[in-house]
Amino acid sequence: MSVTRAEVCIAACADAWRGDGELLASPFGVIPSIGARLARATFAPDLMLSDGEAMLVTGDRAVEGWVPFRSVFDLAWAGRRHAMMMPSQLDRFGNMNISAIGADFAKPDRALIGMRGAPGNTACHPVSYWVPRHQARVFVPKVDVVSGIGYDKTPGPYGLCRVVTNLAVLDFGGPYHAMRLVSVHPGVAVAEVVANTGFDLVIAGEIPQTRSPDSDELRLIREVLDPRETRHREVPLG
Amino acid sequence: MTADEVVAELRSGMTIGIGGWGSRRKPMSLVRAILRSPLSDLTIVSYGGPDVGLLLAAGKVKRLVYGFVSLDSIPLEPHFQAARQAGAVEATEWDEGMLQWALYAASLRLPFLPTRAGLGSDVTRLDPDLRTVRSPYPDGEELLAVPALPLDAALIHLNRADAAGNAQFLGPDLYFDDLFAAAAARAYVSCERLVGTADLAAAGVASLRITRWMTAGVIESQNGAHFTSCAPDYDRDEAFQREYVAAAKDPARWKEFTERYLSGTEADYQRAVRAR
Repeated sequence: MSVTRAEVCIAACADAWRGDGELLASPFGVIPSIGARLARATFAPDLMLSDGEAMLVTGDRAVEGWVPFRSVFDLAWAGRRHAMMMPSQLDRFGNMNISAIGADFAKPDRALIGMRGAPGNTACHPVSYWVPRHQARVFVPKVDVVSGIGYDKTPGPYGLCRVVTNLAVLDFGGPYHAMRLVSVHPGVAVAEVVANTGFDLVIAGEIPQTRSPDSDELRLIREVLDPRETRHREVPLG
Repeated sequence: MTADEVVAELRSGMTIGIGGWGSRRKPMSLVRAILRSPLSDLTIVSYGGPDVGLLLAAGKVKRLVYGFVSLDSIPLEPHFQAARQAGAVEATEWDEGMLQWALYAASLRLPFLPTRAGLGSDVTRLDPDLRTVRSPYPDGEELLAVPALPLDAALIHLNRADAAGNAQFLGPDLYFDDLFAAAAARAYVSCERLVGTADLAAAGVASLRITRWMTAGVIESQNGAHFTSCAPDYDRDEAFQREYVAAAKDPARWKEFTERYLSGTEADYQRAVRAR
């Protein structure tokens, strides 16, 4: 079987945690969760992973620590965490919204989950974003509510690392930390990314292809980390 | 005490904290007792789940102080969404860590605790009462001063407790139940099983996190967190939660749901749940 889009996304998510050392990886969503475990199993063996409840677990799921929510808050504010969150809206400078859609916060068009830890996370530790469906209603000129802070705010974010979508990898390496297109996934045209983004992306020179997972990574994804192919429910085949 | 006796000690307009997290170990039998009561105009402070949803649906809440409202396995709470979208509740939406800080400050009788969380975000735009404070040390950093949030009452659900109001959690996470209790003028504990004091230590002293000085009353309420999880006594009742969400999205079905489950006593509720 050739490499699927979901598998490219997993490797792109895993790469977000490359070089992080002993940080807690907090992935939201199926693909980032597999990506964090892939990173830990390969190039980032020092990463700490949660079982989704209150335990730190090793790659083969042995409990190596206890992290109730209070400890996760401590790790977050101490900067010992790199979360990959799922924005409902994200703008050019990395402001993100998981709180509410609409102009009037007191009576929004659509109430979402709430700020959660996004203000503190973005202020205190590295944050990346995962967007399973790259579309202009997510990539907006201006978010309705700033839950996670972007680079045009004072004080700005601790560090927004990368944005992985079903189409591309982006970062904030443009002028004044504007969002920049880093790579497009195999089979995706730059024009497709542009058409599905509601603001001007920084696009400098030839845009390379996102790397595909190597054979060792593919084996891990398919045989060890996700044998039931939950990844294809989040990013469908073909 | 009974759940109704606990609720009889509460008053309309009070600020009430509810322990647990999302759809996990919520004091649901006490929440259901509030639904049966004439209480109104409450300010509810919560890591919100169906506790918030039910109280909103019953029109009990004037103001909500929260970081999120979620059912965990179902991300969005339908009654919370409906109430927010109707503009029917005053929303004080903070970073979830700010909530911890506000309760901790109240429990220590401090006016505020500083943090970076919230700075630069719309938390400060949407809550103009929030103030910053400058570090008096050479760093001079400007920080958000999270105001203490003293509670008139707190409601929490633990796995075990004794009659004196000592209580313990046996699951993986205390959440912030101790802070809710310590921040409250009066905290009430419901528990899965009331045991003798001598039986508490056997499960490990590190789990004895609620001590009688924090609590004003204790009730035994088996399955009292239903339909939220109460590990290790029971998991979330996912089928019931799905039924709750489906009903909440349709006024006619919600009427049926309340008639079937929420029109009688707690014993009636538990019977109706078992009879499904």
